[in-house]
Amino acid sequence: MKTFVYVDHFKGDIQPSSWEALGLAKSFGTAVAVVFGSKVDDVAKTALEYGADEVLVADDSTLGDYRAETYASTLSALAASHNPNLILFPTTARTREMAAMAAVDLNTGVLTDVSALEANGDSFVATRPIYEGKVLEKTVCSGKPIMATIRGRAFPKPNHEAGKSGTITKVAAAGEAKSTVEGYSASESAVNLGDAGIIVSGGRGVSNNPSLTPPNGMDEKQAEVWRAQQGFALVTDLAKLLGGAVGASRAAVDGGYITYAHQVGQTGKVVAPDLYIACGISGAIQHLVGMRNAKVIVAINKDADAPIFKQARYGVVGDLFQIVPALTEAMKKKLGK
Amino acid sequence: MKIIACIKQVPDSEAKVKAEGGQVSWGDAPLVINPFDEYAVEGALQQKEALGGTVTALCIGPESAKEALKHALAMGADEAILVSDPALNDLDTVGAAKVLAAAIKKVGDADMVMFGRQTLDNGAGLTPAQTARVLGWPMLGLAGQIKVDGGSATVERVLEEGRQSMKANLPAVLSVVQSIGEPRYPSFMGIRKASKANIPVWSLSDLGIAAPAPVVTRTELMNPPVQETTTEMITGETPAVIAEILADKIIAEKVL
Ligand SMILES: Cc1cc2nc3c(=O)[nH]c(=O)nc-3n(C[C@H](O)[C@H](O)[C@H](O)COP(=O)(O)OP(=O)(O)OC[C@H]3O[C@@H](n4cnc5c(N)ncnc54)[C@H](O)[C@@H]3O)c2cc1C
Ligand SMILES: Nc1ncnc2c1ncn2[C@@H]1O[C@H](COP(=O)(O)O)[C@@H](O)[C@H]1O
Repeated sequence: MKTFVYVDHFKGDIQPSSWEALGLAKSFGTAVAVVFGSKVDDVAKTALEYGADEVLVADDSTLGDYRAETYASTLSALAASHNPNLILFPTTARTREMAAMAAVDLNTGVLTDVSALEANGDSFVATRPIYEGKVLEKTVCSGKPIMATIRGRAFPKPNHEAGKSGTITKVAAAGEAKSTVEGYSASESAVNLGDAGIIVSGGRGVSNNPSLTPPNGMDEKQAEVWRAQQGFALVTDLAKLLGGAVGASRAAVDGGYITYAHQVGQTGKVVAPDLYIACGISGAIQHLVGMRNAKVIVAINKDADAPIFKQARYGVVGDLFQIVPALTEAMKKKLGK
Repeated sequence: MKIIACIKQVPDSEAKVKAEGGQVSWGDAPLVINPFDEYAVEGALQQKEALGGTVTALCIGPESAKEALKHALAMGADEAILVSDPALNDLDTVGAAKVLAAAIKKVGDADMVMFGRQTLDNGAGLTPAQTARVLGWPMLGLAGQIKVDGGSATVERVLEEGRQSMKANLPAVLSVVQSIGEPRYPSFMGIRKASKANIPVWSLSDLGIAAPAPVVTRTELMNPPVQETTTEMITGETPAVIAEILADKIIAEKVL
């Protein structure tokens, strides 16, 4: 059984669930890592360190900027010549697009957001969420190769063995890009919510501290965002102390309090950390579907009737501007930091 | 500018959906336009307002999906087309893309085809890129802002790593996300117009194609395991006391 694992990265910054896909591939047999981009030697070497049996690298200036068309064509060509049974991807905006197109080329299909994958002879049965995760389906793909994008933290991550070496084979890029990348707006350091073991999230409630007086000359909206930033500073302090990432509800993102990269939920990231602390988040269904698989959920909300409490292991009815800093202090003391 | 918006009909997001007797049931909850596709219609209408032209809403679905198309008409779309055929009951996303591509060609002369980012029911988010691939057109995915200039479109893609500006020649396929702005509400006039609209129904033979054979098929439906969470409310005299107790509880969970 030969599986391709597409290692997704953004300018060399690797999507960690690529390694979960690699671990899964190895459980079925031979795992061939596939790396595309420009100057991606390090990515290829890291794939060997995570246990890839072999790495195929298309290192080409035309692949420097991700474009779905060229990435899909390069993958389709490789699949046609190497004949893998299965191609695994982490689930990202990029992999959804390129897998979608490659499936058209290869006359096969893509199973997205897969949380379980069982081998069944030459075939595979995938479990994936439908209807916003309200229902799960088992699904099969009769085409070859079978393509699946896996959900982050649904499969164990293989060990990293620094310096482990192996065969890296250069392959050609294929296809013609139909678009040009004009540029990127400055983004903050990568927010890797999908991979985070601990997430502390803020919602619309982070802007609700009437006792804070914003600097003079701000209109109402600016004052709201300013207040929200004070709230998110508290959320961030706690996240940092616990070694976690900062998440947000869509209301916080739409309010301009924080960037979309932080959004948890149906239209943001679906996450499954060990600990999720929701601060000033009401618990709308679209938020819940993004985080209800967290092992331990803590909710801090002023409103005792907020639906988030029904999902939570621990709940505090109170003002996040008081509870969150107090929790940070208590944790500091107890963890000896 | 001739713009096509691809929309699907799905059960309302508030619906209590469950697996029952091997089928998905949503009780008597209403079927609505896929909420993500409202952004596609909104994006299409914004471009029509900026550049002139027409917006055509396109849907594959049963006869009852005309209601979703009427919503697009009520928002301001100029015309709507339903592709409906009993042979299309088990479409997978590649199949949907092939049928949509054939319908887009039959409509003819489209400059832009707008999609939502994903459906609420299947949630795959594959159809837009697959339709682009079948048509051989560029894909401008996850567009939060669209600017058309002459024969090309530049979009701001909303990605995890930040915003990316990407440009392609028209005709192109776009998927539109929430940063485009909240979808407008149907106007009174719009609702009246929509209720009287005559929506043509195209069959596979109208499109001149055979039903695509599904490659991806469902074998089983399940309800997710019920998580029995018992919530423990932490109370105390002061925030410091509450925090003290909560910190101990979290540490005892061994998740740090
Ligand atoms: C198609 C679609 C997709 C969507 N996708 C997403 C998604 O991906 N992610 C997402 O999150 N939402 C999503 N939503 C939006 C979702 O329905 C909710 O509107 C959103 O989650 C609400 O965010 P919130 O809980 O922060 O705000 P609110 O619902 O306004 O809740 C704010 C909460 O803060 C509490 N609060 C206020 N002040 C304080 C204080 N000082 N201390 C403590 N608590 C306080 C309040 O009691 C309240 O419960 C989507 C909606 C639709 C229709
Ligand atoms: N039956 C359909 N009719 C029209 N458009 C569709 C249909 N199914 C999917 N789409 C479009 O494709 C997008 C992505 O769908 P999906 O790949 O199923 O998540 C949707 O947001 C719609 O814009």
